[in-house]
Amino acid sequence: MASVNAFEPAAAAPLSRRAFLTASLAAGGGLLLTLNLPRADAGEPVAAAPEAGAELNPFISIAPDGIVTIVAKNPEIGQGMKTTLPMLIAEELDADWPQVRIEQALLNPIYGMQFAGGSMATPLNWEPMRRVGAAGRQMLILAAAQTWEVPAAECDASQGIVRHGASGRTLSYGALAARAAALPAPDLQSVTLKDPKDYRIIGKFTGGVDSAHVLEGQPLFGIDTVLPGMAYATYQKGPVFGSRVVSANIAAMKAMPGVRDAFIIHGSDPKAVFDLGLVDGVAIVADTWWQTQKALEKLRVVWDRSSLSGQSTAQFERQAEHLSRQPPQSIVRRDGDVEEALSHADKVLEAAYAYPFLAHVDLEPQNCTAHYKRDGSIEIWAPTQLPGAGRALVASTLGVDESKVTVHMTRVGGGFGRRLKNDFMVEAAMISKMAGRPVKLLWNRRQDIQHDAYRPAGFHYFKAGLTADGRLGAFRDHFATFGQGREVASSADLPRSHFPAGFVPNLLFAQSLIELGVPTGPLRNPGGNALAFAFESFIDELAHAAGRDPLDFRLDLYGPPRVIPMPAPMGRPHPPFDTSRAHGVLELVAEKSGWRKRQELPRGSGMGLAFYYSHYGYFAEVVKASVAPDGTPKIHKVWAAGDVGRQIINPAGAYNQAQGGILDGLGAALHQAITIEGGRVVQENFNTFGLLRMSEAPPVEVHFRVTDNPPTGLGEPPLPPVLPALCNALFAATGRRIRRLPIDPRELRAA
Amino acid sequence: MAFTITVNGRKRTIEAQADTPLLWVLRDELDLKGTKFGCGMSFCGACTVHLDGVPTRSCITPVSRVGSASVVTIEGVGDSQVGKRVKEAWLALDVMQCGYCQSGQVMAATALLARNPRPTDRDIDEAMSGNLCRCATYTRIRAAIKQAADLPTDDTREV
Repeated sequence: MASVNAFEPAAAAPLSRRAFLTASLAAGGGLLLTLNLPRADAGEPVAAAPEAGAELNPFISIAPDGIVTIVAKNPEIGQGMKTTLPMLIAEELDADWPQVRIEQALLNPIYGMQFAGGSMATPLNWEPMRRVGAAGRQMLILAAAQTWEVPAAECDASQGIVRHGASGRTLSYGALAARAAALPAPDLQSVTLKDPKDYRIIGKFTGGVDSAHVLEGQPLFGIDTVLPGMAYATYQKGPVFGSRVVSANIAAMKAMPGVRDAFIIHGSDPKAVFDLGLVDGVAIVADTWWQTQKALEKLRVVWDRSSLSGQSTAQFERQAEHLSRQPPQSIVRRDGDVEEALSHADKVLEAAYAYPFLAHVDLEPQNCTAHYKRDGSIEIWAPTQLPGAGRALVASTLGVDESKVTVHMTRVGGGFGRRLKNDFMVEAAMISKMAGRPVKLLWNRRQDIQHDAYRPAGFHYFKAGLTADGRLGAFRDHFATFGQGREVASSADLPRSHFPAGFVPNLLFAQSLIELGVPTGPLRNPGGNALAFAFESFIDELAHAAGRDPLDFRLDLYGPPRVIPMPAPMGRPHPPFDTSRAHGVLELVAEKSGWRKRQELPRGSGMGLAFYYSHYGYFAEVVKASVAPDGTPKIHKVWAAGDVGRQIINPAGAYNQAQGGILDGLGAALHQAITIEGGRVVQENFNTFGLLRMSEAPPVEVHFRVTDNPPTGLGEPPLPPVLPALCNALFAATGRRIRRLPIDPRELRAA
Repeated sequence: MAFTITVNGRKRTIEAQADTPLLWVLRDELDLKGTKFGCGMSFCGACTVHLDGVPTRSCITPVSRVGSASVVTIEGVGDSQVGKRVKEAWLALDVMQCGYCQSGQVMAATALLARNPRPTDRDIDEAMSGNLCRCATYTRIRAAIKQAADLPTDDTREV
């Protein structure tokens, strides 16, 4: 995952300091969040647009007609946060949802952390956003009480109206807003939050606030941005990672129809190749984007011979195989004595698992519109998950102060982790500066697939021992992964706490590094999207070898109800792993899928099970599958049971996320591999890097198990278990074990 | 060259190179931003529009080939009864996640229902499998098509 620092609020000079959000580790290990609202005497004018009305705090404005404008602080990448976060505010504000309008925030420290990643929006904002709303409600009640000259305690608010119970008098929020806005903002920690049984908005099926606009064709996405005087740009980088431009036919480019300018850009530094900063390339700027693509066909660039041009997928596989036969280069974790335990094991299993590099393929190709202005300031419209880091990258690369860079967060046509990097942003800013005009940079699909920060491939060499009573007594993984020098590549690490660590007395996690010249980075559920396949498939192998039901084998492994401390995703404080929650979802999915009756399934079809805990969420999934005579897997159905705490904030989004994440995982298992040849990515488009299609998408039945724990996110946790659940189902159906992704139907073909 | 094409019932004249894909004429000459660019090679369906009612990949359709065909985009498809019902179903079931592919999905679904008002699951598979959704909202797309067709929205495929 991206470094922890990348998720801290940008340290830019603030436009205003009227509120700020800080996160820190509470003494008990929980996440403590503090949002401080401004005091009325802070002396700064309200900044909301006049039509939005009186500003109660930076998130809430109310117009005289009762329309409540709520600011959505995070980028909307498809997880519905532009709807969910305002729902939290509106609930405690007691606003009437049809009267609420949502406004996308600019990047500004007054809103606290603004990013989309790590399934963190719900855990980070669940309490602070409700407190923001409750503070607004308290101010409106106080304003009414002062108007009526009665104690505030005698007044109550509901759906946009304050009532004085004794007299029956009422005042609308619209009528009270101006008076409320002049009151001091209450201390957020002092405000009272609702009893969940009184929720009117939280927990209700609530459609996306932008959905109707998308279907009207409104220009909401980054690619839709238009500026006066804007030109269109393409930026061609070397297909071999690390390539530098020696020369290019710039004069010929400038003579192409519609081309206004063409120039070479030299990248900032060699590290930019791995960090996805500004790297060498040729920019073509034209009146239309199609003209940039016509010119691109004629572009001839002499690239230097990159030192990374020798690498290939075939070579990586040979290196992994070689490393597997050597002593590991380093130890990640050692519990007990694995070799001793293996030597006494009743049964020993060995298996090698492998998975490929993956691209993100956001459906909206990377793009950014930038205007480098004569006064040295830069205005940017970008579909980004991490706008603060983008602003910092633009500022440092172009040598301007961050306060000179304004970032507008557009709607984002898919994130999946790709847009935690902001290479498109720094490219657009630099092209605008050099072209002397506003530009819209848009990558074509080939550029998008061939210049990504890929989910790293990986190779696991497992060996495990079962005791005479069929329990897991020893577990070893020699992980051949990737790095640069002695540093593990981004998202290529094996966490010390990864299951089954902590659940087996004798365990060794060891690793060896393959030198890598391909940028890597987080893809939806980094780590888990790969590790779950390898580990949960091998656990299934062990269960079968032990002659146990894979469900019972797992339930026994997790053992009695208890909590086990966990390090967090992205280094953040994290609740401990609760084995009773794992049991809960495993038993629920078994019940819903008819797992215990799977012996009644017709010959040739089977069920597979897997569980994975990640990003605070507990998910157990069952796949029912069979195989066509030519080896093509047919997925009949997926059942999922998830535990993300005590409250599903928006069921509309929650079930959609779970179903989509599961189908996304099936697409990866069936269709996806990025291969490297000669230092470059082979794949260019969706014909060779596939997504799941409608005809392949099985029914997905999702159940949430409500437990008394803080609500957490759903963008990532549903995905990982479905890959091993599918492979385990194919084993149950055919007796053939899939140990390499993507699934090769030839391995499943009837003999 | 100048081309006159009919888009959402209006005749529009634009200047463009003859090989310019209809997609870019719609988006950048006529400022109809609802039709999306995803792959440029007809693999993903984000650019789907109707030419005389037939779902067509605008990213590989040169403007010179449009001729007198009636072009309908996401901005105009709601003018038909079927298109309106499809959009309403899409919103009622909250189909979209990121939303980027959804105008193409709605265009493909509308074309399906216009010629086949009561599609089977197999009909839906055939009509919709060329439209990729990176967020994989296929469960709700299927349900919304059925809802627009007044069919039960439960997934009744044999499992």
